[in-house]
Amino acid sequence: MSAANAPMSPQRRRFLTDTARMGAGCAVAGAGLAWLATDSRALPAEALRPPGALPEEDFLAACIRCGLCVRDCPYDTLSLAELGSDGPATGTPYFTAREVPCEMCDDIPCVAACPTGALDPDLRNIDDARMGTAVLVDQENCLNFLGLRCDVCYRVCPVIDEAITLEMSHNDRSGHHAVFAPTVHADHCTGCGVCEKSCVLPEAAIKVLPVRLARGSSAEHYRKGWEEQDNHGAPLVDGLIDLPDRLPGPGTDNLAAPGGFEPAFTVPGAGQ
Amino acid sequence: MKAKTALPVGYEAIQDKGWWLAHRFLILRRLSQAFFLLLFLLGPWFGIWWVEGTLAGSRTFGVLPLTDPFVLLQGMVAGHWPEMTALMGAVIVLAVYALIGGRVYCSWVCPINPVTDAAHWLHERLGLQKGWQPKRHTRLWLMGAVLVVSALTGVVAWEIVNPITMLHRGLVFGIGFAWALVLMVFLFDLFVSRRGWCGHLCPVGAFYGLLGTGSLLRVSASRRAACDDCMDCFAVCPENHVIAPALRGQGAATPLILSPDCTNCGRCIDVCSVDVFSFTHRFDSHIEAPKPPRPEPVANKPAAGPIPEG
Repeated sequence: MSAANAPMSPQRRRFLTDTARMGAGCAVAGAGLAWLATDSRALPAEALRPPGALPEEDFLAACIRCGLCVRDCPYDTLSLAELGSDGPATGTPYFTAREVPCEMCDDIPCVAACPTGALDPDLRNIDDARMGTAVLVDQENCLNFLGLRCDVCYRVCPVIDEAITLEMSHNDRSGHHAVFAPTVHADHCTGCGVCEKSCVLPEAAIKVLPVRLARGSSAEHYRKGWEEQDNHGAPLVDGLIDLPDRLPGPGTDNLAAPGGFEPAFTVPGAGQ
Repeated sequence: MKAKTALPVGYEAIQDKGWWLAHRFLILRRLSQAFFLLLFLLGPWFGIWWVEGTLAGSRTFGVLPLTDPFVLLQGMVAGHWPEMTALMGAVIVLAVYALIGGRVYCSWVCPINPVTDAAHWLHERLGLQKGWQPKRHTRLWLMGAVLVVSALTGVVAWEIVNPITMLHRGLVFGIGFAWALVLMVFLFDLFVSRRGWCGHLCPVGAFYGLLGTGSLLRVSASRRAACDDCMDCFAVCPENHVIAPALRGQGAATPLILSPDCTNCGRCIDVCSVDVFSFTHRFDSHIEAPKPPRPEPVANKPAAGPIPEG
């Protein structure tokens, strides 16, 4: 008897119906769950992960939300995200720099506590942590940028003179003072947030942002000519000729004054 | 319907055995649930840090790691191979529950169990209809779906909604709006589906059920011959389909409740006035010979000759 004219067995029919129902039900439930799971990747920008946290997409696969890192943090910096109030990645650890920053313990107890490696156990030196990057977000209100010597963010930085330096420039407003601009060097900034915590303004002018928000990135294929030339020890292309760049006005002829500025006038009695 | 069936559940058991024997596993189970919760709360409440962490992962006395194997499994399919501590913790949990029955977790440890039990109590109290009853194996399908979603999204998927760890973590660390999720489970069990969450849907229970498939600790209906069909065990059992094969088995059919769905809660032992059920191990399949029915009018009859066996 061919399959076509065999009567459909009721068991088989029931099995197929049940399976289809279950499959469809699970697809619906699973799609809802997947939607929530995808949503859970969106952390609020002020929520920073503990030191050594894997990149966010790996972190959410690795963190079992047990809270042991929170327990072992001696400064009560970390807390677990609560449902509905701290973003959707419920139960995952984070800290808010403005409230309690990371004190950068030498023995990194939170990383030692993590049972799964969501906080990378290869992080041995806390200075290598990259919890975020400090960004001076508001130059208009930063006291140092106004020409005052607040310097607090610079002074409190645990990696002072490397992660934050004060860059001196002319104070155009007063005309005879300097501006000491706090300047973050992302290569050294651990993102601990002490600067943000200590900023004296009612709303911090320097903030630690997750690296994904704080930083741009250079294109893979970019080569910086000056670096290449240094590595090579000589110009990369021989026999380059320097053509004149002629712009309107005097004193812009690079051939007449190579690399320099030719004054448009000569002060009487000064030099030749 | 027998007259006995119409009596309140557990009525004869209390009459015959006394209140304590008719409730001891229920009381012990509640104590156990409170005990495991309190262990985790000792730290945050009283500063006694014997146990730190949550049910998803914990550390006892600073050395013993325990990890929820289902959470860890989701992490693994999501693409993260965990460190040794978490693996060891999961192996310990796996070994213990494989031995004593995976769903012992459900009935003796899980903090959602008192919630759904309360919902069921109120459900019975209000005399509500059983409502939507999806098949028992729906939870297995859901478990599969959870693993698939974890693999596809790279997130430990069930932990985003898991009311068990939400509630537990909420009590230990701060609850946020997780109580709303617990309330949803309560209302679901109360109005939408009798025994719906733990009995039909929860994928964690499904996982632990599979884990306990070959467990050593079992309930046996070894004195099934004494059963007087009062149906109280069926009324109290949260997974009452597991009883019939053992209790109604004929001849040499095993009296052991071997279904992995059985949570080893022991409530059937409590409510049985004739002590049909008892805890035993899975290799103990002895069946007690039927005894003459309880002395009702048998009073003055002297036994004539040896009691026939069989």
